[in-house]
Amino acid sequence: MAASSDHAGKTGFRAWLNKRLPVDEFVDSQLIGYFAPKNFNIWYFFGSLALLVFVIQILTGIFLTMHYKPSEAAAFDSVEYIMREVEWGWLIRYMHSTGASFFFIVVYLHMFRAMIYGSYRAPRELLWILGMLLYLALMAEAFMGYVLPWGNMSYWGAQVIVNLFGTIPVIGPGLVEWIRGDYGIADSTLNRFFALHVIAVPFAIAFLVLMHLVALRQTGSNNPDGIEIKEKLGANGKPIDGIPFHPYYTVKDIVGVGVFLIFFCGVIFFAPTFGGLFLEKPNFEPANELSTPQHIAPVWYFTAFYAMLRAVPDQQLGALLMLLAIVVLFFLPWLDRSPVKSIRYKGLLSKTALALFVVAFVMLSYLGLQPANDLYVILARVFTAIYFAFFLLMPWYTRIEKCKPAPERVTYHA
Amino acid sequence: MRKSFVAAALGFTLAFAGPAVFAATEGPHAAWMDWEPGNDVSNIASLQRGAANFMGYCAGCHSLKYKRYSRVAKDLNIPEEQMEKLLLLPGAKKGDYILSPMAKVDGEAWFGKAPPDLSLITRAKGSDYVYQFLKTFYVDPKSANGTNNLALPNTAMPHVLSALQGVQEAKFKVVETVVDGQPVTESHWESFELASPGQLSPEDYDAFVRDTVNFLEYAGEPVKAKRESLGVWVILFLLVFTALAYLLKQEYWKDVK
Repeated sequence: MAASSDHAGKTGFRAWLNKRLPVDEFVDSQLIGYFAPKNFNIWYFFGSLALLVFVIQILTGIFLTMHYKPSEAAAFDSVEYIMREVEWGWLIRYMHSTGASFFFIVVYLHMFRAMIYGSYRAPRELLWILGMLLYLALMAEAFMGYVLPWGNMSYWGAQVIVNLFGTIPVIGPGLVEWIRGDYGIADSTLNRFFALHVIAVPFAIAFLVLMHLVALRQTGSNNPDGIEIKEKLGANGKPIDGIPFHPYYTVKDIVGVGVFLIFFCGVIFFAPTFGGLFLEKPNFEPANELSTPQHIAPVWYFTAFYAMLRAVPDQQLGALLMLLAIVVLFFLPWLDRSPVKSIRYKGLLSKTALALFVVAFVMLSYLGLQPANDLYVILARVFTAIYFAFFLLMPWYTRIEKCKPAPERVTYHA
Repeated sequence: MRKSFVAAALGFTLAFAGPAVFAATEGPHAAWMDWEPGNDVSNIASLQRGAANFMGYCAGCHSLKYKRYSRVAKDLNIPEEQMEKLLLLPGAKKGDYILSPMAKVDGEAWFGKAPPDLSLITRAKGSDYVYQFLKTFYVDPKSANGTNNLALPNTAMPHVLSALQGVQEAKFKVVETVVDGQPVTESHWESFELASPGQLSPEDYDAFVRDTVNFLEYAGEPVKAKRESLGVWVILFLLVFTALAYLLKQEYWKDVK
């Protein structure tokens, strides 16, 4: 495709503009000139959807900050003011609160995609690590955002999570005080979480998204067959099994956006609290330091790690285990020793391990939402063990199993 | 309803989280716990009756501090003169928030606890809870005000609707159980009996409570009815949009072999 010469003969404003800003060159090289494998399936929608949710959160967040008041005295009332008296405020607020949960839904599915097709493997290790850093930033962003409405669960959730830093030896207690800016979760905590939530972390996320995309352009996308399309080039020097990202994947992603918005708006308009899962009941009561909610649980997207924390009788070990559960994900590219990338060609051991991992993660998420009775603590221990075994045994089971040979060309049926 | 529990494994949480809270052990599942009001916030007539009920029987002590009279009138199609005549508390103007005339200190002095604001009660506790609360008052000579409640045991609130409902007595069964090796005597609720009738028949009292709870659900989220009716159009639009996007995609992808 001679795309890059298309705009050479242009005149008028476009020529004027392109002499000064490489708009056409950027589109040609990054969208039309970026060749993506033609065999993407449904799992490949979630990257662009994560970007969409990020944009939704930024836009709705801007409008929320126009009416929200980050102070102990006014925060809760200002959220109700948005819900009741600001024109369309309820819609903006529900988009933002539902967006938080949907952000995690699409990010978890996006990460799972990388796990089933080995998208973290060489040469995409850094792409995976940048993605993991994004996940960490998203967790921080979601946690601090959850504190802002200053409901009773906001308050007590902040209490529990911030106190986790207190388990760090030596510096812990001082660190907790430094994070809170007070001896308890207080006005100063709310105020600084607001600053971090609307400025610092969003900037970090935007920067990491950019790096994530640049790294993707450098290595090219993986695909469901886990083979490198760059190894089979056509006469034009482009991958035979690749197609220009624009228009093929832009039009395809629009379909994904449509389906996503049907689910997203379904929740916003018909179940914005999602049965107390997206907006918890105790958070409709203002923060009250004298009244602990009957059962403190974080929002669903953190509950897998919360279940691990509760599964250990020692708080310090529990916090450490929680940290390791996330840290271990960073090492995934080096734990997988399989000769093939995609689950399609991996052996029975890998398939079983991944299935067990999914069961463990889902069950831990469920258990983290439940009161911690004896049976649930035992179950949480079992699933925590499975969670870690998936990673720690990976170098072993990916090497000894019998894999199918990966194909020469991608599997695609028009 | 979530089971109450003693969070033994939450020890680490409570160790930090300040005062530990030990929820009372719950009795066996009883029929009243399943009672539901069957709210419909798009039923304007019910909401109007509920608003009148609230202003007549609740607003003396309970506020709706996020709710303005004018907004209630607008949302519930109540003409302005009607609203001023029937709903406004003495001295209130139509643009005011619905604030009870009872001072917090008075509430504390009279009841031991100031009556809570009810703007968000259905969102925080659920409509079912409010409905069950208003239906499960019973005579209890041991209580300071002569009545007690199943949904909120030992509530400080007297049964202000007893003139309407009548005097309701509860029958309990005494059960001996063992908790943690200790013999415990528990009384389990069996049934209610109307000792003396009120101004309303049981059916009419039930309707009265349903309308009131419906109004409180509306007050908790005024936009709910609008949200749901608008949502239908949004989803219909998205279905058409997605179908067209799919056709566009098929058109482009024809040449991918």
